[in-house]
Amino acid sequence: MTTKRLTGHIVLGVVLLVCTLSIVVKGLLVTVGALLTLFIFSFLYKDNPYYKFAEHLFVGVSAAYWMCMGFWGTMVPNLFGKLYPPMVGSVIPALKDNPPEPFMVIPLFLGVLLLLRLSSKAGWISRWALAFIVGTTAGLNLVRYLRSDFIAQISSTMIPLYASGAAGFNLGETISNSVIFLGVMSGLIYFFFSKEHKGVFGTGARTGIIVLMVTFGASFGYTVMARISLLVGRMQFLFDDWLGLIR
Amino acid sequence: MKRRVPLIIVFCVSLFMVIQYFVPLDSLERVYRSFLDYTIIIGVFALLLGIWSLCRVNYDKIKRKSENWQYAIITLTGFFIMTIAGFLSGWGRTDNYLYQHLFSYVLVPIQATMFSLLAFFIASAAFRAFRARSLLATLLLISGLVIMIRFVPLGFLSEPISDLAGWILRVPNMAAKRAIIIGVGLGAVATAFKIMLGIERAYLGRD
Repeated sequence: MTTKRLTGHIVLGVVLLVCTLSIVVKGLLVTVGALLTLFIFSFLYKDNPYYKFAEHLFVGVSAAYWMCMGFWGTMVPNLFGKLYPPMVGSVIPALKDNPPEPFMVIPLFLGVLLLLRLSSKAGWISRWALAFIVGTTAGLNLVRYLRSDFIAQISSTMIPLYASGAAGFNLGETISNSVIFLGVMSGLIYFFFSKEHKGVFGTGARTGIIVLMVTFGASFGYTVMARISLLVGRMQFLFDDWLGLIR
Repeated sequence: MKRRVPLIIVFCVSLFMVIQYFVPLDSLERVYRSFLDYTIIIGVFALLLGIWSLCRVNYDKIKRKSENWQYAIITLTGFFIMTIAGFLSGWGRTDNYLYQHLFSYVLVPIQATMFSLLAFFIASAAFRAFRARSLLATLLLISGLVIMIRFVPLGFLSEPISDLAGWILRVPNMAAKRAIIIGVGLGAVATAFKIMLGIERAYLGRD
């Protein structure tokens, strides 16, 4: 027996022993949660069968979870509940007495058309349903992005560079407003590639990189904090909920 | 028929979505809301399509005994158990014991741990990236550190660091993000126009 195989058997033995002890002491559910947590952490060593097991289990369970949520959370209230309200009366009593909405046949029809994608001969008809989704999203995004990501952002940048309040000149706000205005302008200059970044334009672009670096650092710090917070949560689960070592 | 009808649908529907914004009539508003509902419902059908594809791929893997086919059994087993749990208690009830506990003790631990794994990888990336070799790298280092240590109790330094972190987030961070958002907004509007006018047709796929 090779050393690698022997190590694998020892690890499996330890896992089974810990698993049995844990089920007896802590119960099945906490043990399952803890083992799956350890399986995922085992990836830090290298890709291994335990990690692959948890990964594949996650794919299956989450697909079913989202399917159930889609069915009970969207199809039942928004489709069946409107098409034939008495059908969902036991689930959502508020919808029971609503009049039926015959136009809800349209999404049902388009949904069925989408499922025709599975057919090799009639698959092209699914494009009609897809076209409806693409058209709705494109039209919606055109106005939405123009308003919130363009007009609103420019409008919020056009702020007084000389800030004064009831107490007179406000140096702090003046600096902040200037940094916001210059930061946005230089950032935009940096992302403008139709003109070579030389001279005054180049200085603007270089200032843009400086502002962007500060932002990337802040985003990095934020991401690290979020991940560490999740890690702390998992450690708490392992050492408190499972092993009971934190009191 | 195969390509023209979808293009006409896209043009008409997207044009309506734009027009209804500029013509605030109750009737148009109702149609607009219906269209949004329709999109969500069709999206669930698309989810079913994805689920079918997942089952088919994994079934084929098992049938052909391709590499790592054993894991496909785990995926399908997890999927069917969770599906049965989701429909177990009857019409409209997902608050049953099995469904809730599969969520809490299988889905949540795996998902949270996967995301927390990133803490280790991000730490190793930070070790390489956070070296003050140039002005830009130093700025990245300083702003990242200030944001990370702002909740750490550091005595009299805590308050100024917290204020500085707040200022970084509120002012330079917002300025650069705004520049990025403006760029993204312009790009999204241009893409929406291209889709509306049938210039962008990638979503139609191939015949």
